Amino acid sequence: MNEKKIALILFLVFLAVYFIPFSRINVQNAVLEAFQLLQEYARQHVIFCLVPAFFIAGAISVFVSQASVMKYFGPKANKFLSYSVASVSGTILAVCSCTVLPLFAGIYTRGAGLGPATAFLYSGPAINVLAIIMTAKVLGYKLGLARALGAIAFSVVIGLIMNAIFGRKHNKELEENGFEAGTSVRETRPLWKTALYFAVMVGILVIINWSKGDPTITAWYFIFRIKWYFGGALGLVLAWMIVKWFNRAELKEWTFSTWVFAKQIFPLLLGGVLVSGFLLGRPGHEGLVPSRWIAGLVGGNSLWANLFSSVSGALMYFATLTEVPILQGLLGSGMGQGPALALLLAGPALSLPSMLVIRKIMGTKKTVVYIVLVVVMATLTGLFYGAITK
Amino acid sequence: MEIRILGPGCPRCREVEKRTINALAELNVGADVQKVSDIKKIMEYKIMGTPGLVINSKVKSSGRIPSAEEIKKWIQEEL
Repeated sequence: MNEKKIALILFLVFLAVYFIPFSRINVQNAVLEAFQLLQEYARQHVIFCLVPAFFIAGAISVFVSQASVMKYFGPKANKFLSYSVASVSGTILAVCSCTVLPLFAGIYTRGAGLGPATAFLYSGPAINVLAIIMTAKVLGYKLGLARALGAIAFSVVIGLIMNAIFGRKHNKELEENGFEAGTSVRETRPLWKTALYFAVMVGILVIINWSKGDPTITAWYFIFRIKWYFGGALGLVLAWMIVKWFNRAELKEWTFSTWVFAKQIFPLLLGGVLVSGFLLGRPGHEGLVPSRWIAGLVGGNSLWANLFSSVSGALMYFATLTEVPILQGLLGSGMGQGPALALLLAGPALSLPSMLVIRKIMGTKKTVVYIVLVVVMATLTGLFYGAITK
Repeated sequence: MEIRILGPGCPRCREVEKRTINALAELNVGADVQKVSDIKKIMEYKIMGTPGLVINSKVKSSGRIPSAEEIKKWIQEEL
């Protein structure tokens, strides 16, 4: 954190505490709402969801070789494969939001071309593994799934359209001398072991967060009844894997990477929760902003509501995971499901600062088309989802 | 010796910088270490992912945080 940023933060904090009318009752309630939401997060989401997710993210960044995924983005790679990998690799490659833009720059200039590069540019932040997990846990599995599927489908569509418009000229200018895949780490472990290890971790995460659901659905409810035993058993399997398959140095790197993520993301998430609680309150309780304003702007499933959500999302900057408490607050204040999905699809992927960097890489024309494509697709997907969830 | 650390300024890049400086201190080697944060300049190095570590214009690592031992080995290679 450089000195200018520190000065700016101190200044903003000072302005806030100087001007906010804490003596007014509605402001006092909003402050209480902020802390109650924070407590809810701490009690319901941090231990069993966020912490395991950080460990998974840490494991991904240490044990999944970027180089092995990058070979699908080479200039000679099969196009179908490039697009498919581009749309889902965001989960593995973009765990840290800051890796997306440099990776995009690399694929864009030397890799498989404009299509897969743009597909990756969109999907990277959109299907960040931490974000999908938290979205499913906090906002519900339907929205989490819709977000994941929407992001994957979108990214391919956007990539294909960009390629159709700009592809020929751009791909001719591509440098075909391959790319520096970097020093690849000697694989000390067969792929199936790595895959199984991740499967167990994800399994633990899913099972310990298994909700009660509808008690009449026997299979679901049965799993809910045994979830702790099941989770414990998987935990023992994980412990065995850790002891048998990994050496000390690797475990140290894993825990270190997990800690880096926690340090970076946790404070931002807590900040997001406080702001969301203060402004929007919890479901059923109002924050500073009256619910009718929210319901009026983005309630229901009108074209306007979805469009407004998309555009605001595209412009606003969301630090990793902060979209979750903000959306929770908006949904609780009356935002429709369609506009919520539109915000989830346009928000994390774009922001005013990121647009400027993308412009430096792709140039203004392509950037503008890209932004328009994202907003249009987010709006349409929101409309569709809003309609089918009614 | 000229060392460049490529990255837009996130914690992972700072960690590479820290490990590099420690490695230099442990080996008692002096070098001109600079961080490259501008995306256009990073693109010139033709790496696929950040953090990137470049010693004497040779890309030693990209897309991951190398271990302290690896960094020391690369520094010694370039002596």
